[in-house]
Amino acid sequence: MSGTFVGMPAFPTAAREALADTQLRRNLAHATRTIRDKRAAVVAEVEGWEELRVAGAAVKEAALRDLATHLETLEASLVRAGATVHWARDAEEACAIVAGVARDHGADEVVKVKSMATAEIGLNEALEAEGIAAWETDLAELIVQLGDDLPSHILVPAIHRNRAEVREIFRRRMGDVGRPAPDDLTDEPSMLAGAAREHLRDKFLRAKVAVSGANFAVADTGTLVVVESEGNGRMCLTLPDVLVSVVGIEKVVATWSDLDPMLRLLPRSSTGERMNPYTSTWSGVTPGDGPQEVHVVLLDNGRTRALADDVGRQALRCIRCSACLNVCPVYERVGGHAYGSVYPGPIGAILNPLLNGVSDEQTASLPYASSLCGACFEVCPVRIDIPSVLVDQRAAVVDSHRGDRVPKPEAVVMKAAAWTFSDARRLRWAERASGVAGRVLGRFSRTTLPGGRTAAGRLPGPAAGWTGARDLPAPPPESFREWWDRTDGGHRPDDDQEGRS
Amino acid sequence: MRVALQVTCVNDAMFPDTGKAVVRLLRRLGVDVDFPQAQTCCGQPMVNTGYLDEAVPVVRTFVDAFAGYDAIVTPSGSCAGSARHQHSIVADRSGDPALVAAVAQTGPRTYELSEFLVDVLDVTDVGAYFPHRVTYHPTCHSLRMLGVGDRPQRLLEAVHGIQLVDLPNATECCGFGGTFALKNADTSVAMGADKARHVRDTGAEVLVAGDNSCLMHVGGMLSRQRAGVRVMHLAEILAATEETA
Repeated sequence: MSGTFVGMPAFPTAAREALADTQLRRNLAHATRTIRDKRAAVVAEVEGWEELRVAGAAVKEAALRDLATHLETLEASLVRAGATVHWARDAEEACAIVAGVARDHGADEVVKVKSMATAEIGLNEALEAEGIAAWETDLAELIVQLGDDLPSHILVPAIHRNRAEVREIFRRRMGDVGRPAPDDLTDEPSMLAGAAREHLRDKFLRAKVAVSGANFAVADTGTLVVVESEGNGRMCLTLPDVLVSVVGIEKVVATWSDLDPMLRLLPRSSTGERMNPYTSTWSGVTPGDGPQEVHVVLLDNGRTRALADDVGRQALRCIRCSACLNVCPVYERVGGHAYGSVYPGPIGAILNPLLNGVSDEQTASLPYASSLCGACFEVCPVRIDIPSVLVDQRAAVVDSHRGDRVPKPEAVVMKAAAWTFSDARRLRWAERASGVAGRVLGRFSRTTLPGGRTAAGRLPGPAAGWTGARDLPAPPPESFREWWDRTDGGHRPDDDQEGRS
Repeated sequence: MRVALQVTCVNDAMFPDTGKAVVRLLRRLGVDVDFPQAQTCCGQPMVNTGYLDEAVPVVRTFVDAFAGYDAIVTPSGSCAGSARHQHSIVADRSGDPALVAAVAQTGPRTYELSEFLVDVLDVTDVGAYFPHRVTYHPTCHSLRMLGVGDRPQRLLEAVHGIQLVDLPNATECCGFGGTFALKNADTSVAMGADKARHVRDTGAEVLVAGDNSCLMHVGGMLSRQRAGVRVMHLAEILAATEETA
């Protein structure tokens, strides 16, 4: 029912389309501002937030450092608790395992707890191809699913939709797939939530199989953890007979006490709440209570690839809080779809290349989808240095083209710039040329910048990307170093008016 | 103390007045600043675009040019951040232990202008006079990569005659981002437009910042909008006196 990111254009193209949608920009600006203000307020309440961040980063880092051991412990604990553990190398394998479980129980539908891992592997589409309907039960995921839309945010997948749009989607689509929306549905949040609750109740009570992800997996106790705000996840985790949990291998932490910093960092960073309303934990099967068959799919899908990257592996600490999305000025303006993945924003800009490599144009455009302002690093609860990883992934993109028979124009420019910047004599020569160009450009210019300098006017070629919307000062006739020479470092009188910039 | 000016490639070629202002300002404060002629660029344009191999000779030129100085002062939070946090990445990549050692020497001695004034010279009132309505944009790399904190504001507050007004959403990126401004021009312009709008909302005559590249971007937008707001580097305001006003 939902769309797919496959075939999305590279970031600059997708961003241009998104920027043209003024309603989208208004929705996003309002929503991200609201969440980021809430987050800032509740984070400020915590004494020693920095220490907590360090502790959170340390928990995840320790788990990643010895990942194989922790995963083996997790598997043993889960099996002991009555769960069946599957290992999936990629999306295809993971989807096949889930579909197999559903088929074994003759299920033609499953209910789902909101899960990034299942979105990442395209589980709903894979199940649909097998004739199995997957119903999203998280309110925002439901909106996206019914709207035949794509998620635009990790935490709030329907962030790009306003209330009026949600009402319209509910009225148009709910009846096609289950209980219809009431005739008198307004765009009041409580009315919309009520309609979703009624619609979903039928599905919870009917479904034999549920699918979830997990926010954390505790190795030594074999406990999976889901953190949520609506309680729909808890319904999925307890009502159906069979539960399949798809868990990224980076979700493992060593011990129960490791959850302590994580469960304090996550709600404040993600929803701006002091504590999340529902924290569900489950370990295998309890006879007579809850699902009587539990499967856990441990998913790689590029994670070992990311783990092998010295700089990038820190991205696997990510707890999907989406704080980085909410502070990112790029995300705020273009929204999530432009990133072409279920992981948008700054974390998506590093995670997608790390998981998939940078061999295709779309993924290779993502490390550049940032101004490197660093706001993402500042808010990351597990201290992922996203700007550094972005730069490192840019290097990976550049390095992947080093063998090209015909170098990209950018590579030619950068090599020329580096050659010029490697020797002050070359730079002096280049500056003299730019001074001459500045005089010429100044002659043609009709614009004077406040302060008296002339603008270069609209330039052709790559520079048009700049001058399309911004004036550029014409280069001054004399560079700083020429001035320094001429005036002996400002010790001689500077009376050459022509030389002045 | 042997003090060198790292003027930055952008200032050298496009905004020489900023370098001249730093020289005037430091001399007024009794610092005999030198300009090592062998300097070129910090290498950040290459590093931030992913051309790490290409950055190696540029970083080598940097450390060679500034070897032997006690302090390197630069009117750019971005370039100081590059010297302090990115040069080691480039040096490690080169596999040259001499370069690694040289970078470890120069990085910690590189100061952004406001850091040098406040931390090294221990002054906040630099004797400047600038009787205008001014708003300050803290550039991202000054703010986050370098952590200059409120040093620029403290310096500006001490300027005689100045009327300093708060910039709404000051800490949000202006959208310049080096090659981001060209590679993602549409997004960059959308960010710059919002920044320019906030600047106009303050009613300031002058937008000041510690990085000319960000000012070139926002100033370019303000100019295209005919907003009548002038952009100036922090150094130029701090260098201004009764005589030059």
